[in-house]
Amino acid sequence: MLWLPAAGVALLFLPLFGGDQFLHIMIMVFLYAYLGSCWNILGGYGGQFSIGHGVFFGVGAYTSSLLFARLGISPWLGMLAGGFLAALIGLGFGFVAFRFGLKGHFFALATIAFCKVMEIIALNWEFIGGAVGIVIPPRNPSFFIFQFSRKAPFYYIMYGFMLLSILIVFLINRSKIGLYLAAIREDEDAAKALGVNLLKYKVYAITISAFFTALGGTIYAQYLTYIDPTFTLSVGISIEIIVRPILGGVGTIMGPILGAFILDPLAEISRNFLGGYSGVHLASYGALLIVCCIFLPNGIINDIPFFARIFRSHIE
Amino acid sequence: MDTTTLILQALVSGILNGGIYALVAIGLTLIWGVMNIVNFAHGSMMMLGMYISYWLFTLLGIDPYLSLLFSIPLLFLFGLVTEKFLIEPVLDSQPFIQVVLTLGLMLLVENLITIFFSPDYKAVTVSYASSTFGIGGIRVHIPRLLASIAATVITGLLYMFLKKTDLGKAIRAASQQKDGALLVGIDVRRIYMISFGIGAASVGAAGSLVIPFFYAEPHVGLVFVIIAFVIVVMGGFGNFVGALISGFIIGIAESMGAIFMPGSTKQVIIFGLFILLLLFKPAGLLEK
Repeated sequence: MLWLPAAGVALLFLPLFGGDQFLHIMIMVFLYAYLGSCWNILGGYGGQFSIGHGVFFGVGAYTSSLLFARLGISPWLGMLAGGFLAALIGLGFGFVAFRFGLKGHFFALATIAFCKVMEIIALNWEFIGGAVGIVIPPRNPSFFIFQFSRKAPFYYIMYGFMLLSILIVFLINRSKIGLYLAAIREDEDAAKALGVNLLKYKVYAITISAFFTALGGTIYAQYLTYIDPTFTLSVGISIEIIVRPILGGVGTIMGPILGAFILDPLAEISRNFLGGYSGVHLASYGALLIVCCIFLPNGIINDIPFFARIFRSHIE
Repeated sequence: MDTTTLILQALVSGILNGGIYALVAIGLTLIWGVMNIVNFAHGSMMMLGMYISYWLFTLLGIDPYLSLLFSIPLLFLFGLVTEKFLIEPVLDSQPFIQVVLTLGLMLLVENLITIFFSPDYKAVTVSYASSTFGIGGIRVHIPRLLASIAATVITGLLYMFLKKTDLGKAIRAASQQKDGALLVGIDVRRIYMISFGIGAASVGAAGSLVIPFFYAEPHVGLVFVIIAFVIVVMGGFGNFVGALISGFIIGIAESMGAIFMPGSTKQVIIFGLFILLLLFKPAGLLEK
């Protein structure tokens, strides 16, 4: 029963032993676990399948990077600014989309189209770097400017954010919002008949989801010190964000985390060994998604009893 | 070139492109209408058609138009197998599982092609690649004209097939009322396989038709399929005539837009139009 807390504590000590390569893999695990959790609020708990979260991720990355590169504003403040901007965009898009009753396939298609529009705008907008993107200017490393000479600080920050995302999803799951979202996901008409305000709670879900997804964008930008539209604000990153929850289990607290812990080490290792062969990485992603959909439609956490025992017993 | 000629030229190019867009959209709308599956791998199947024609031309010197005889049956087979082994298991799953499955198929197919044939652009160099004829000041690009005519003919044949033949009627029955179709003894699973096969074959044909004037690369299908999504939504799901008309409308709108908006920004119009359609007219412009 104490597996998860023990693993959580053990992760605190990993930077003492692991090399840079290893820490990098773990940072990616935490980042995508975090992003998957944020997506899960809307996609898993709310049942509104977004393939456009790259917009929120990109807005977060761009806002903090531009504020820092042009005005020297601390990325921590930029992170908040990006979060609020993304939340505003999520609110606006969500309000319009849900107001007109978009759901299922149609909502997914609208989010993809929205993401493509934003990508094209970013590609053509010279003021924010156009197709070239933005390089974050290196300064003297310090916590205040979110730059470090080693990987360990990024490791702890990203780890903290991942724990934060678990906490948020846990709280939402416990709250009235969580109940309403579950009702909407399971049967919209029934929820509506019982007096659940569909629009209100769907908009809540997309706004919260957008805010936290954007924070991940800022951390990503600070970590890699370079962003461009074709990755940071693309349908590609939108798909990356949804892969882990699908693998682990959509609409569960630990599903996205489990998905990231399984997928990202494999992804990073395969990228290292097979990086020379372009396409191998994404082809295996495709194969993995197909296998998941056919054989594990409820995710590893629900469909494989061993994982269900460990992860579901005491927190859900 | 004066303004009138410019606009007329754009109109002609738009009509020519529109026929091809319509053919891409026909397969998508058939699969969507009959099976309620949004096939994100549709563009990948078009890309396969392009590669089949490219290799037949490059290795054996077979003319791209003749290679339709290969790409259509091969893609039909690909569609049958894909439906049987990948789509059928998720037919009763939640919509997002179906979306993710076809997205996964897209990633798999396109990147397998990248692995085997490299991500480089491949172009077929036929002697008639840039041949044109003129009416007044307007140039008509012959390969585009042929592609557009062939696309319209194939669309018409498919339409007749659905209206007149028993199999076509069974497909329409399965699309309108699955349980009713089962009750009158239609093998709906077989109908789904055939519909997916036809969808794949028609978009494969579109691939072969554009290869004389359009480069092939592993992700080229996305360019067409996104436009096809707009056309399908605009024409109404499963609506052939709607798709054909919408194909021409989008083709013309796009080439008119290109006069005023440079480069990739014209795509913003298409995506914007798409979002507006989804919001206001999700059942299609032609529906009452």
